[in-house]
Amino acid sequence: MSLFAVNKPLPPRTRSLVTVLSFVLPLVIWSLVSYVPFIWHPQTLISEPGSVSYFKADMLIDNAIFETELAKARDAGTALPQGSPANPGYLPAPHEVVTALYTAFTTEPTRSSEKWLHESLWSSIEVIFWGFVLSSIIGIPLGIMAGTFDFFSRLFEPFIEFFRYLPAPAFGALAVAILGIYQAPKIAIIFIGTFFQQVLVVANTTRKLDPALLEAGQTLGASNRSLIFRIVIPGILPDLYRDTRILLGWAWTYLIVAELIGTSSGITWFITQQARYKNFDNVFAAIIIIGILGLTIDLLLAWLGRRLFPWQRVNH
Amino acid sequence: MTDLELPDYRHQSDTVRDRFERLKQRPVTMEVKNLTKEFSTRTGSVTALKDINLTIHKREFVCVIGPSGCGKSTLIRILAGLESATSGQVLLNGKEVTKPGPERGMVFQGYTLFPWLTVKENIMFGLIESGQDRGSAEADARQWIDLIGLARFENHYPNQLSGGMKQRVAIARALANQPKILLMDEPFGALDAQTRAKMQAYLMEIWKNIDITIFFITHDLDEAVYLADRILVLKAHPGEVQEIVEVPVPQPRHPGQFLSPEFLATKRHIEQLIHPPAAHGDDDDDKLNMVRMVNVNDDVGSVF
Ligand SMILES: Nc1ncnc2c1ncn2[C@@H]1O[C@H](COP(=O)(O)OP(=O)(O)O)[C@@H](O)[C@H]1O
Ligand SMILES: [Mg+2]
Repeated sequence: MSLFAVNKPLPPRTRSLVTVLSFVLPLVIWSLVSYVPFIWHPQTLISEPGSVSYFKADMLIDNAIFETELAKARDAGTALPQGSPANPGYLPAPHEVVTALYTAFTTEPTRSSEKWLHESLWSSIEVIFWGFVLSSIIGIPLGIMAGTFDFFSRLFEPFIEFFRYLPAPAFGALAVAILGIYQAPKIAIIFIGTFFQQVLVVANTTRKLDPALLEAGQTLGASNRSLIFRIVIPGILPDLYRDTRILLGWAWTYLIVAELIGTSSGITWFITQQARYKNFDNVFAAIIIIGILGLTIDLLLAWLGRRLFPWQRVNH
Repeated sequence: MTDLELPDYRHQSDTVRDRFERLKQRPVTMEVKNLTKEFSTRTGSVTALKDINLTIHKREFVCVIGPSGCGKSTLIRILAGLESATSGQVLLNGKEVTKPGPERGMVFQGYTLFPWLTVKENIMFGLIESGQDRGSAEADARQWIDLIGLARFENHYPNQLSGGMKQRVAIARALANQPKILLMDEPFGALDAQTRAKMQAYLMEIWKNIDITIFFITHDLDEAVYLADRILVLKAHPGEVQEIVEVPVPQPRHPGQFLSPEFLATKRHIEQLIHPPAAHGDDDDDKLNMVRMVNVNDDVGSVF
């Protein structure tokens, strides 16, 4: 069977193979660039400064400069500098990052006021959690109301349509002024970034419910209240769940903005701080941890979704 | 069919005439008076139904037939209270219908079972709405499930059922509320011929055994003649009553009657009402324009 059949699922084995490939492929490219010298390696790692005054051991120097200095030293007959091809510091090799995945957690902060990696991570999760939960508690009911009753749709949606185009970061200064410099303004930014989209997305999802189900309910004697609680909500629940999963992904993207306001904190602060110290292996480790965390949560929610809505599975 | 010597469809045997006499003595369940419905659209207003009058007696089986777009669904939706009339009235046991309610059960072509509820829970839906507690609603639902022969499936979800089973559940769900009238909009339209025949037999059986009046829309002539006491024939643009046909086929019905002279005569008459023989051959704009787009080889001279 062809690998490129339009709108047809691949055979199961091929399918899992390609899924694995989607992770392995970038990893292979990264390894090739890191370990095979002639692919990239635009710099030289000095092992022996020789007679060049400004060279030092463990220094990274552009290849062109090294070549010039090497030629000069050779012409002058002085001690030759030595070194090996290397990639720039901002691209650590896979094994360095793997090591850092462990050491980043065990490295003591440079200053006592600074946070450990796990503390930074926890702070980020807290911000996301509260921002998202608060947004959902208010946004989901409003979205359902707007999707069900034209009255609320007209009342909420025009203003929200306008408001959602205002970038959440624009509210950073305001949030700090009102809520102080610690977690509260960060939670507020996640809230603002999520809430307005959420109302609109949930309203749309609610509108997509088959109106025939509501009509069937009415001919069975359902009151308005029952229509909402016994038909609309259970009817949209799987889609609502899926929307929430997608919106949670968006909330993560607002995290970066949120953590830069007030006293910067959390995983974003950790990354910027490590980049400043040029510990790029730690930076990569932190990025990968965020990725793994996000993916794990999403897979967990997907799995939970399949258990929560057994009636969605087709034919037994 | 035209070559066949058939009796007049208006000719009724003594037993049939007797039955209609008695039927008309029964109390009136539903009355439609001068019903007109106009839809306003961007291009202007469309008259979907015009001046419909109809009286349905208790435990009568009325079918509605007519070309597509003649307003059958609009009519039944107004009877159900899902749509309001532009003018005219619908009375159920003398009381005006203004909104949907459980005393008028409705079965749609698209099943419209609640996919998140099991067969049993679907049937319980209306019972709980009417204020029954879960225990007694469940007991009632079980009885209905037995009646429709789905005892093994009471905990199945709708997407685990075949089309015929789904429609049986939908019928039971509507009947569980003990409505005065059961409104059905092409309920078997999506089923294959075999399942459809079975469902027709089911429905007749239910109708015989339960105190229910049935108003049934179909576009299948055989189905209409087979099921109905009377057939309301509508014509399109605007939707008007063309004729109300009293079906001369004796009750109770059975599949053996499909080829009886009364059956065929009724069918032929309605066929002619719905698709009148074209008066002028050339105003038929539906005819295919047979331009030869592809050369036909001479290998096969003619398909005949
Ligand atoms: N909501 C609506 N708005 C405008 N026109 C409608 C609406 N519903 C039905 N119609 C029109 O009314 C006519 C009757 O429709 P319908 O009752 O669905 O016919 P049938 O069920 O006999 O096929 C059609 O011409 C249709 O286009
Ligand atoms: Mg229709």
